[in-house]
Amino acid sequence: MSDATDTDEQPLALPGDGLREGIIEDLRRRIGDGVVDTHISPNDDLWIRVQTGAWRQTAEALKAAGFTHFSFISGLDWMPSPYGTGESDPTAEPKALDTEIRQGVTGGETRFQVFARLVDLDRHVGVTIKADVPDEPFAVDSWSMVFAGANWHERECHEMFGIGFNGHPDLRNMYLPTDFEGYPLRKDFPLLARMIKPWPGIVDVEPMPVQPEPAAEPATQDAEST
Amino acid sequence: MIQLAIEIPYWGQSLLRVLGGLVAVLLPAGLIVYLFLFKMMSFMQSRLGPMEAGPYGSPQLVAEVGKWMQKEDLAPDAADKTIFKMAPLIVLLSTFLLVVVIPFGPDALFTNFEVGIFYALAVASISVLGILVAGWSSANKYSLLGGLRAAGQLIAYELPMVLATLGVVIQAGTMNLQQIVVAQNTGEIFGWGGIGNPYIFTQFVGFMIFMIAVQAELTQSPFDMPIAESELVSGYMTEYSGFRFLIFFIAEFATAGVFAFIASVLFLGGWGIPFDWFGWTTIDSVDNWMNIGGPLIMFTKMLVLTFIIMWVRFSFPRFREDQLQTFAWKVLIPLALANTALTAILKVVF
Amino acid sequence: MTNLSDRQQLGYIASQAADARLNVELETEGMTLNIGPQHPATHGTLRIICRLDGEQVVWAEPSCGYMHRGYEKLTEVRTFPQVTSLVNRIDWLGSFANEVPFILAAEKLMEVEAPPRAQVIRTILFELSRIANVTLFLGDLGVQMGAITPVFIAFRDREYVLNLIEGATGGRFHPNFDRIGGLKDDLPKGWIDETRQTMVKLRKFCDIIEDLLFGNEIFQSRMRGIGIIPADVAKDYGLTGANLRASGVDYDLRRDQEIALSYDKVDFTVWTHPDGDSWARCWVRLQETREACKIVEQLLDQIPAGPIMTKVPRIIKVPAGEAWVSTENPLGEMGYYVVSKGDLGPFRVKIRSASFNNISIVPWALKGVYVPDIITILASLYFILGDIDR
Repeated sequence: MSDATDTDEQPLALPGDGLREGIIEDLRRRIGDGVVDTHISPNDDLWIRVQTGAWRQTAEALKAAGFTHFSFISGLDWMPSPYGTGESDPTAEPKALDTEIRQGVTGGETRFQVFARLVDLDRHVGVTIKADVPDEPFAVDSWSMVFAGANWHERECHEMFGIGFNGHPDLRNMYLPTDFEGYPLRKDFPLLARMIKPWPGIVDVEPMPVQPEPAAEPATQDAEST
Repeated sequence: MIQLAIEIPYWGQSLLRVLGGLVAVLLPAGLIVYLFLFKMMSFMQSRLGPMEAGPYGSPQLVAEVGKWMQKEDLAPDAADKTIFKMAPLIVLLSTFLLVVVIPFGPDALFTNFEVGIFYALAVASISVLGILVAGWSSANKYSLLGGLRAAGQLIAYELPMVLATLGVVIQAGTMNLQQIVVAQNTGEIFGWGGIGNPYIFTQFVGFMIFMIAVQAELTQSPFDMPIAESELVSGYMTEYSGFRFLIFFIAEFATAGVFAFIASVLFLGGWGIPFDWFGWTTIDSVDNWMNIGGPLIMFTKMLVLTFIIMWVRFSFPRFREDQLQTFAWKVLIPLALANTALTAILKVVF
Repeated sequence: MTNLSDRQQLGYIASQAADARLNVELETEGMTLNIGPQHPATHGTLRIICRLDGEQVVWAEPSCGYMHRGYEKLTEVRTFPQVTSLVNRIDWLGSFANEVPFILAAEKLMEVEAPPRAQVIRTILFELSRIANVTLFLGDLGVQMGAITPVFIAFRDREYVLNLIEGATGGRFHPNFDRIGGLKDDLPKGWIDETRQTMVKLRKFCDIIEDLLFGNEIFQSRMRGIGIIPADVAKDYGLTGANLRASGVDYDLRRDQEIALSYDKVDFTVWTHPDGDSWARCWVRLQETREACKIVEQLLDQIPAGPIMTKVPRIIKVPAGEAWVSTENPLGEMGYYVVSKGDLGPFRVKIRSASFNNISIVPWALKGVYVPDIITILASLYFILGDIDR
């Protein structure tokens, strides 16, 4: 439980002594009001949401602050899937789906967000950075000139969500063929296998085999023939 | 000449020679493949090898030959068909040409060239042509890479081989392989004739260089860049299947056997045992039963040397192409030249 | 630990420069070579498109996706326990190790902790899957280089470890054993003694491989000085695991983070190497296998008695929240970012797999190397296709 009130600790303090607060303060100093929202899980993890326009600046600032190890970049689609999870009994009444878009920790206003993770190997602390992706233009700046490894992650994010990355040298598809239509990880892209066939474990779709009628023999009648 | 009870006409002799040549080439190949490739390699890798085909898997080779022969005769569309089909035969041809000059006994030989070893070394390079041609005509980039690597490697390693044999020739004073055998078996080491004078003792450096060069000429590990299974799939042999691959396969092991024959002639005393043990003095006084015993002794020595070749093959990783070339040009050739110079000096002095 | 010989390095650079000059003078056209997707050298269906100039690579580009199974989409239609069985198959050689970070993330969101006995056994199985994974790597390393014999020793000794995993979990390759709140079952009788004996055999295996493969001069000349990745480039690309430690960065997630596994109860060394070449990466993995044997032996003496599973409801609904857990998997750092909305199943799972980052460095690392070195560098970076493609 280290919600230290003292906010200008040295960044090199031990974890749990205001280390993460120190990181937030350092970032605020570097990019000003680019930091929109933060969330600390005490002694555990740190989330920071930044403005879309400050996405690349954040990367540069954090890299300068010691977060030199790049982990990943990906996207989040906060819309609940209109197809449900395919877990419910297909013969029962379909439940009304909850269509409200609710973002996770550190909030947000848009349906899509990008998030990334960087690690500081010397202080053994990592940070998850999120940013909203506006509907128009549906893009954020690329990190590939700050962290070379972001190249492949942004390609994958683009092909799965459709998010553009300004300044990326080569935004081709990573896994899918070039002429693939649609963005698979969006929630409104259906998982066809589940559409076609319900999850086999829920309900017995095959009816029970019908017992044949016992032969009408007056003498020998088996008592149990249900 | 052989004193036999019956008179064999010339065509009969030629037939016998052809049969003898086939046996001399194919029997070592079969023996090597079964004994070393199937069984020894398996035992070294803590497994049993083929066991199903017969008792202990001995007819496995027959099964393999049958399998390869009944496969479809494929050739890639873009390949140069004539040359594609010729390439394996060129490689096998060089093996047969090589075996012609090897003596198996005092009279059990095919021809008695005065420049035997010179001819042998010259003919051994025909297989390079076959490999190059196979690599180029396959219309496959992997094969091309394999063929180019093979060209560089095989030409580079011929020189140490030639220079190593030069030492033997200087010491024996003749290029005739039969005479080299006689010289080793009648010679003496510092006056002691107990085991003759097999040149492996005096030409030990030459022997090592020759064996390394043979390993490279056969494109066996650690010199198997042209095949390099984990990179080029099969190198110049990638597009070959069925009967043609069988020819390559047989040629590879037959050539190993034949080179081992040559090495045992040059360094181990060939078909002979020291003449002192039986009181022979010249080649003509050698008993007739050596014409049977000689080939057997040759086979034994061949198996020993091939064992070494195969043992090294299963143990070492492979060299990279430029390391391979560096090794040949900067290490083996200077060593071989030094060996030749030393031999020449010592021959004059002693 | 030896340092790289400057002469060797300069010699290599000089020969490459000479080749390049010659190619310019001769004005030859390059050749495009496809390595894969079916190829003896790649661990699965990876395709690398190389543009060659003679035997030198001008550029190389891996083309992944031949094995993309859509894991992140599939997790959205599964319940939490079902994801465990799905996730086994990402890195199929170190299979138990894939389940662990996901289960830990779900436990973090549910705010339960597995009982001490389950934690220790989880760690033991984790290290056993590391041994199983890296043993295959060591054997396969020989095959890539052309030494065809060590791989049989590797597979033979790996069978002992797979038998152990099967004895405990029921599955050699896909244990599917971890549950939220603990493990599925307790250990069978006699398992602990057999594991002790197997660890002795595995240590002997490491010695044999070190002698047979790493001590071979040809192997060393193929590996030393090839594919040098400096530490800052490694961090930029997000390399993890042995690849990062071989570039001199001292970072190991077993030691450097607080996690619900029992690494704080054992004493182990984190191996690094200053060179950053292929030799260093392979050498670090060999030492890590030894350390894993050591960890297992220490933990076997410390298994506490107790329940194997805490009280969790039969139908598991994980409360809403987001959690990130990553562990030091055999291939590198594997992490799961789990987003839950309080349902039976996760809302979104981002799988951060180690090999994806490890292979993203291939275009950078393969510039200007010879064709045989492509295989060397790929072999030393060590990836599993399922991990790259998910």
